[in-house]
Amino acid sequence: MRIAVISAGMGKPSATRLLADRLAAATSAALAPAEVEIQIIELRDLARDLADNLVTGFPGGRLREVLQSVYEADALIAVSPIFSASYSGLFKTFFDVLEPDSLTGKPVLIGATGGTPRHSLALEHAFRPLFAYLRAVVVPTSVYAASQDWADGELAGRIDRAAGELAALVAARPQAAPTDPYADPIPFEDLLKG
Amino acid sequence: MQFGIFSVGDVTTDPTNGRTPTEAERIKAMVTIALKAEEVGLDVFATGEHHNPPFVPSSPTTMLGYIAARTERLILSTATTLITTNDPVKIAEDFAMLQHLSDGRVDLVMGRGNTGPVYPWFGQDIRQGIPLAVENYHLLHRLWREDVVDWEGKFRTPLQSFTATPRPLDGVPPFVWHGSIRSPEIAEQAAYYGDGFFANNIFWPKEHYQRLIGLYRQRFEHYGHGTADQAIVGLGGQVFMRKNSQDAIREFRPYFDNAPVYGHGPSLEEFMAETPLTVGSPQEVIDRTLTFRDSFGDYQRQLFLMDHAGLPLKTVLEQLDILGEEVVPVLRKEFAALKPEHVPDAPTHASLLAKAQESQKVAS
Repeated sequence: MRIAVISAGMGKPSATRLLADRLAAATSAALAPAEVEIQIIELRDLARDLADNLVTGFPGGRLREVLQSVYEADALIAVSPIFSASYSGLFKTFFDVLEPDSLTGKPVLIGATGGTPRHSLALEHAFRPLFAYLRAVVVPTSVYAASQDWADGELAGRIDRAAGELAALVAARPQAAPTDPYADPIPFEDLLKG
Repeated sequence: MQFGIFSVGDVTTDPTNGRTPTEAERIKAMVTIALKAEEVGLDVFATGEHHNPPFVPSSPTTMLGYIAARTERLILSTATTLITTNDPVKIAEDFAMLQHLSDGRVDLVMGRGNTGPVYPWFGQDIRQGIPLAVENYHLLHRLWREDVVDWEGKFRTPLQSFTATPRPLDGVPPFVWHGSIRSPEIAEQAAYYGDGFFANNIFWPKEHYQRLIGLYRQRFEHYGHGTADQAIVGLGGQVFMRKNSQDAIREFRPYFDNAPVYGHGPSLEEFMAETPLTVGSPQEVIDRTLTFRDSFGDYQRQLFLMDHAGLPLKTVLEQLDILGEEVVPVLRKEFAALKPEHVPDAPTHASLLAKAQESQKVAS
């Protein structure tokens, strides 16, 4: 199975990516002995492609492949820094250019990073409604890491709990099958019936 | 194979000199461009239909009727006719009238438009886009084929003992293409009726249209209209040419960079790699256009977008000269040599009439 990890971290190295990697590793461990392929998607590297997609309405070659891999992934781990009380604009843009309905039913683990702990509820007030709109299934535990949390053992506990919840969802779900509306159209007689 | 041009009819400021044509100038320019299309030997002129600025062509049959009176051979078409928000009864009558006035030089491309508020402005609900396209076209199809229609549907007042007038010329309805850039339902619709499918492929990468056109071809065969490679496919294209590629790129770049649909996004070079846009020499346009057949199979109609993004009329007319003199004659020859015997040409009034007379003879 394959888990797509979306990191909207800006720096290199980035605390957001660090949290994303920790969540991915913990999920893999929780799914063992199943073989898990982790695919890291750094949105920073796709910043121009995403802006072009907004302007032209279609994803260029490199972004197209990334989107396809997200559609076909068995689960997502989505992590963004908190900018102005919410996910970053780049993070939102990525989810804006996905095909409609492409995340329906997909298990998702959400995480965020910030300078202070005061933004932690952005996960509940901004991230969770976004994925609810997309009809993804978000695990109950979301993971927020403020700078000071990196010196706190409790972060590891939260990571493990969230990863365990994601692993349980993924394991209970049949493997993702790509759907193709161009391969299996609605017969016209049915369309005519209205 | 038919070659022609299609126009969005946008009023756009020329980014090189800041000049914006008036609506009157743009409307007359579209007519001049259509007449030029016939003069340089093209087969088709198609106008868009829009109901909001900065676009001028809200009334396609008025414009096409005027062009019909001033041309002899040119096929007059649309790109596209809004099957969702126009009354299908009015489409049936307007285009049958145009068919008579132009001696059959009419076909249509049905579309759903790209401006959301047009639906409420015309009393419809955008969430019903596909059901409107399905129901309205089904009624239009009957109005052109049955002299007296009793009909009841969801979206329009019922009809009892209704006859759309005038009846289609020679009893042969105009040929219809269905245009879509992403909806599999529309490819399915085109296939069901054995109509044409026009894929305006100019804004998206070819992989997407290969799936859409592939679906249309496969369903065309499923519904018994012929083999998949006999389905009637039309494609878009977008070109700008000068003798030397570098001159073409230098001249077109400011228009590209500021173009209404894709400007201020990808570079000209990136867009050329991702979409059919070809800016270069006539030979480069010929080579690129021939690759469309490799991607989508033998097809029947190629329309180019030539007059948009603020290009001045004089430049557009020069482009049409190059297209008509240096590009299309070569493409005609090359495509004809490649096309297998069993693949049909695009239907015309003459070919549809001959077919109707043939089947009448068989019946009697």
